[in-house]
Amino acid sequence: MNDPVRHLYVHLPFCAHRCGYCDFVTVVGRRGQHAAYVDGLLAELEHERELLAPELETVFLGGGTPTFTEPRELERLLAALPPAAEITVEANPETVTRKLAALLRRSGVNRVSLGAQTFQPKLLRMLERVAGPDDVRKSVYHLRDAGFDNISLDLIYGIPGQGPSDLAADIEGALALRPEHLSCYELEAKPGTRFAHAHGEELRRQAEAMEGYFESVVETLVAAGYRWYETANFCRAANLDSKSRDLRSRHNLAYWRGRDYLGLGIGAVSTVRGRRWRTTPRLALYLSALHEGRRPLRELEPLADSVQREERVMLGLRLDEPLPVAPVAASLDTDALARLERLGLARIDRFEPDHPGAAVTLTHRGRLLGDAVTADLLA
Amino acid sequence: MDLERIRNFSIIAHIDHGKSTLADRILELTKTVSGREMRAQVLDTMELERERGITIKAQAVRVNWRTDELNLIDTPGHVDFTYEVSRSLQACEGAVLVVDAAQGVEAQTVANAYLAIENNLEIVPVVNKIDLPQADPDGAAAELAELVGGKPEDVLRISAKTGEGVAEVLDAIVERIPPPSGDPAAPPRALVFDSSYDQYRGVVAFVRVVDGAFAAREPVRAMAQGTRFEAEEVGFFSPTMKAAETLDAGEVGYVITGLKDVSRLRVGDTLTSERNPAAEPLPGYKDVKPMVFAGLFPTDSDDYPDLRDALERLKLNDAALFYEPETSQALGFGFRCGFLGLLHMEIVRERLEREFDLDLLVTAPNVAYRVLERNGEWLEVHNPAEMPRELDAVEEPYVHASIIVPKGYVGPVMELNNDRRGRFDHMEYLSPERVLLSYELPLAEIVLDYYDQLKSRTRGYASFDYDVAGFREGELARVDIVIADEPVDALSMIVHRDAAYARGRALVERLKEEIPRQYFDVAVQAAIGSRVIARETVKAKRKDVLAKCYGGDITRKRKLLEKQKAGKRRMKQVGAVEVPQEAFLAVLNLNDGSKK
Repeated sequence: MNDPVRHLYVHLPFCAHRCGYCDFVTVVGRRGQHAAYVDGLLAELEHERELLAPELETVFLGGGTPTFTEPRELERLLAALPPAAEITVEANPETVTRKLAALLRRSGVNRVSLGAQTFQPKLLRMLERVAGPDDVRKSVYHLRDAGFDNISLDLIYGIPGQGPSDLAADIEGALALRPEHLSCYELEAKPGTRFAHAHGEELRRQAEAMEGYFESVVETLVAAGYRWYETANFCRAANLDSKSRDLRSRHNLAYWRGRDYLGLGIGAVSTVRGRRWRTTPRLALYLSALHEGRRPLRELEPLADSVQREERVMLGLRLDEPLPVAPVAASLDTDALARLERLGLARIDRFEPDHPGAAVTLTHRGRLLGDAVTADLLA
Repeated sequence: MDLERIRNFSIIAHIDHGKSTLADRILELTKTVSGREMRAQVLDTMELERERGITIKAQAVRVNWRTDELNLIDTPGHVDFTYEVSRSLQACEGAVLVVDAAQGVEAQTVANAYLAIENNLEIVPVVNKIDLPQADPDGAAAELAELVGGKPEDVLRISAKTGEGVAEVLDAIVERIPPPSGDPAAPPRALVFDSSYDQYRGVVAFVRVVDGAFAAREPVRAMAQGTRFEAEEVGFFSPTMKAAETLDAGEVGYVITGLKDVSRLRVGDTLTSERNPAAEPLPGYKDVKPMVFAGLFPTDSDDYPDLRDALERLKLNDAALFYEPETSQALGFGFRCGFLGLLHMEIVRERLEREFDLDLLVTAPNVAYRVLERNGEWLEVHNPAEMPRELDAVEEPYVHASIIVPKGYVGPVMELNNDRRGRFDHMEYLSPERVLLSYELPLAEIVLDYYDQLKSRTRGYASFDYDVAGFREGELARVDIVIADEPVDALSMIVHRDAAYARGRALVERLKEEIPRQYFDVAVQAAIGSRVIARETVKAKRKDVLAKCYGGDITRKRKLLEKQKAGKRRMKQVGAVEVPQEAFLAVLNLNDGSKK
């Protein structure tokens, strides 16, 4: 029960510019505060140290734009974090120079997740991204040159004005760079973002036309030899990798498998032993608390057993691996399961749901309709 | 009490013309309630009534004015309750007819005045709200005098709000309304003009004693139904319950019956003494027949027993409410309920939801049909799904409709009535500006959105009233809706043959919009018998998943999922298809094929 936490998320909120569609906790500019922030992170780490295993499975630096952080501060942070088997850093293409790639490599980072989003200049402008298509390519070359053999690209589809041929060109552009991993997200106009305000109506109008985009992303990538291992995530199949590696994101798998994780930094979320908390998103509050030797303010969310089971189902069904029924049986509607099986949306591995070895997997179509299927499946 | 010293009267008025305010002022002026006790509009007890400004249940209050005992019998204000109004009026010798000085006579005023005249009541005409800046007391008085066949100078002019002229109204009641007639020595007879249910004391009957006297602990019999009980207590309201030794001839009051079964004492029945029974009941008892029907289903099928209990309780206070169990393939177990009219239906629904905390799905209302079957027998059908497909003739109820409009709106109203299969009867000028239009209309054309249409086409100026004229043969067709090969009984409708195609098409188009996309294609069809007259397809959805879900998104994602789940719970399962409750109401606002 008191297993130490083996997955660490570190939030680096700084960005050169806030993109219109972004609803993450970000802080624009403030170069002067990067050092203070890293001090804060390291102080917070000390507060939580006893939760963590001495050696971690994964560390993930997300943002914001982690690679926008002052290189000296980024290096200091990476040096101070506990060792881990997988260390991922998110990067924006325009920040990845030859020098930065080398810095990451020598700091022990072994996986980079690159926010490419799209290769069409007009769509990049729509997203207010700073980088151009060539920046994406250049940054991949720099990373390869520095020795990175596990690179992930983020793509966004469903951008206002994006036609089917734009989508095909984007996927082609990404595949040409032979990434080990791809994350493909449909653009969401999240309430309250500038983007939702400016383009929400247009997105709703084109919703039906874009419904097929997700399907074609999945089909194209699977045809190109990628494993669709999570709703929005693809990795090069092990048999196609020169080293036969499992290229799934170990850090994100931890979320989807319901493992505990610790988050450091403003707005970061942790889930440990049935409790979830979110650290204050306000930079000044965060820094002053840690400066005074206190833990920063956090918003607590206790997770009842039933809620934990529901989350296990909700997250587990995003994966292409079977979800064991026994631990979540109390939250499953077996009638609905039988109905979904008849409709060809779910499969149960052992026919009797009570069987200790029984497990549910969603079919290809079931995964495309995953939210509705999950809502049906939960009792 | 000497009969000569008693006056029994009602106040009748169009909604908002000031009936309740006048009643309040009378209670104050006669010191029946002190200023401290005075709640605005004492007589309207139910929360619902307050909000809607209408009085659902009659009550009677005794007040003393100079040397006389006056009984004010409150009447429901709406046409749906004509029978209840008529029973209340039968308990009186006179009525104060109130008209708003700014609005003048309305369709409902006309209907109520005729009802009072039919019941041989002495009418005291009153123009109210003379304090309003836009008041036209002379105009309203002239219309009122014309209506009741009197002289404008006999019309009292008051402001119930300020109290001006209210004492004169009380004096006029004593002077103009005759005292009750009746024989104090004859075997006791009392008219039940209303009843109420108290959970501790059972059914409380409101009565007008005609002959003899009633006392507590006497055995009593209801003559029409044969129900027997012992009067636990008799008394009157002033304004709260006050027990009395006896209720004598001419008086108005209550009898606590101790009856637990609401259906055993109907409004209109005659009470008599078991020991000294009267030979004949009072005239006028009638088992009121509902004309408008709808299915009521609990949203959550577990609430079915609660709905049954609630209907039983409502029925106690509402002799006109009819219900019988109904099983719908689409909606499960519920009740087919019969109502006097649309307002009655609305009130019952709101009371079920508000007072009994039930979540209900109410199907589109329909009227009662009389069907001549192939075997030569007449059958009354309350549910379109039960309309036989093989039949010789169908009859539907018609109403006499009175519509009063400013003369500029006669055209649009005629057009509406023609669209609704109306038959023009006659038209008369009530004043140089206002016209009364009389039509015969099928009730079925009114139960959907007639009133809304009338209001919108006349910018709210029309006033409308109707009473049932009887059944007439009609060219009617039953249109069924089939969703994914599953006939949906709750969506069947009976429509005029000429409109069947357009209505079927419009309903199918509406359903296509209302039914969310499912895991598979869903065909929505309208059919007459086996002939499909319209078809649409709700395309299967291809994607329903949130792209991103990492450590910081889980709570938000879970909440969205819970919302999605709650949305599904509000759906009704029709075969394998999830149909939102709203879809069952789609038929309510179809506009003959043209989209709004």
